[in-house]
Formats: sequence, C-alpha cells, structure tokens
Amino acid sequence: MRVKLLYFAWLRERIGKNAEEIEPPPGIATVADLVAWLTKQGDEYAHAFENPGVVRAAIDRAHVKADAPIAGAREIAFFPPMTGG
Amino acid sequence: MSAASISLQQEHFDAAAEVAALTRGRTDIGAVVTFTGICRGEENGAPITALTLEHYPAMAEAEIARQIEAAQSRWSLLCVRVIHRFGRIAPGEDIVLVVTASSHRHDAFAAAEFLMDYLKTRAPFWKQVEQAGASSWVAAKETDEAAAARWTKPRAAAE
Repeated sequence: MRVKLLYFAWLRERIGKNAEEIEPPPGIATVADLVAWLTKQGDEYAHAFENPGVVRAAIDRAHVKADAPIAGAREIAFFPPMTGG
Repeated sequence: MSAASISLQQEHFDAAAEVAALTRGRTDIGAVVTFTGICRGEENGAPITALTLEHYPAMAEAEIARQIEAAQSRWSLLCVRVIHRFGRIAPGEDIVLVVTASSHRHDAFAAAEFLMDYLKTRAPFWKQVEQAGASSWVAAKETDEAAAARWTKPRAAAE
C-alpha cells in the first residue's frame, strides 16, 4: 500500500526532499516503526531522525503519537515542534 | 455551532476591518476580543531582518478548525475569525489575528487565549529567522507548551 510522506522545516532540509511516495515493507505497523525504517534508508534520513523524540508526525492531517498505526494512512507528515502563532 | 472563518494567506490583513465585518448589523454580540501577533525586531537578543513562515496548508486549515471547534464547545461564542499569514514577514508586520465574539466578556477572553496557546503549539507552521545574513529555524518554546497544557488541567487546578 503506497503512502505519501511529507517533510517540513529542517527535516525537509536534511532529507533533501519535501515529499515522496513509498511502499512500507511488511512489519512496519506504527509511526515509530516507519521512522526506524526510514533512518536506515540513507545518511540524510539518519540525520533527520537522529533525535526521534523531537520529531512530530501527522497522519492524514491530524497529529498522532509515535505508536499510532499507519495502516490505511494516505499521507504521513514529519516535522519539528511547531512555531506558528 | 457558531460561525467561524479561517484564512491562511501571504497578504497583510486589517484587524479593524475584520472586526467591523464580524459585528456589522448584529445586536447579540456584547464582547469582542481581538488578538494580533506581531513580528518583533529581535530574536534571542539580536536584531532580525525577517521571519519566513513555512506551513502545511491542508493540515493548518484542518487543525485550526479543530481548535476553533474545541473553543466553541468549551465557551459560548457567537463567532470566531482566525487569520494566519505565511511567507516572508518583516519586523513590525502582523502575523496572526484571532477574533472571538460572545455575549459576555469572559468567554471571548478565555477562547482567544486558548486559541492562541493552541496556535503556538499545534498549528503546523515553522518560523525561520534571518539574522546577520544567515537563516536559522526558531526553536519551539517550552513556555508555549506549558501554556497550552494549562487548558487540559482540571478546572480546580487551572490558574
């Protein structure tokens, strides 16, 4: 099941892309699993996710925690803590 | 559910005109609270040239709508208007507008503060600051997280 990944702010800068489509391999059940898998995809990902505690995620435009299941997600976004307002 | 309107835009806004548009012809509104967030000229003690706000458009709209719904369920509001700019913003320029209207002042004040605390911590915007020819990402503040957390404490413990 293909899913669109979006990256913002310094995560986007470190990875070098603002979006991509991937097909997560079997066994990737949660956001945390996905981050761990992405970290292995290259140095740029490892650098972006080196402090997973600081990375926030959203599934289909709503905030989720690291243990959120990704099954059925169409869009998963990763970003640093927000500084709007 | 009362009326609510959200705009995400690069352009400047006119707070006074927004308030006038909300209240025109109405006699049910007894209180309007208007908050404007403004770009300051310094960050971490040093002058800045500009702020640039990146955002996640679809999620920003959805998230602000959720925050307004939460405010509407907690307080008695007649209307809410939120405007959040993105893109390059110079010192002295407005960044964000929150307007809340109710029959009586308590609800308008509380809802405006709640919405700002949530906008600071949950709306997907990220600020980059230009200082001395270099750009860097502004770090989220713990004080903003603490402010947002106040709203989920039980009433007796809230400040």
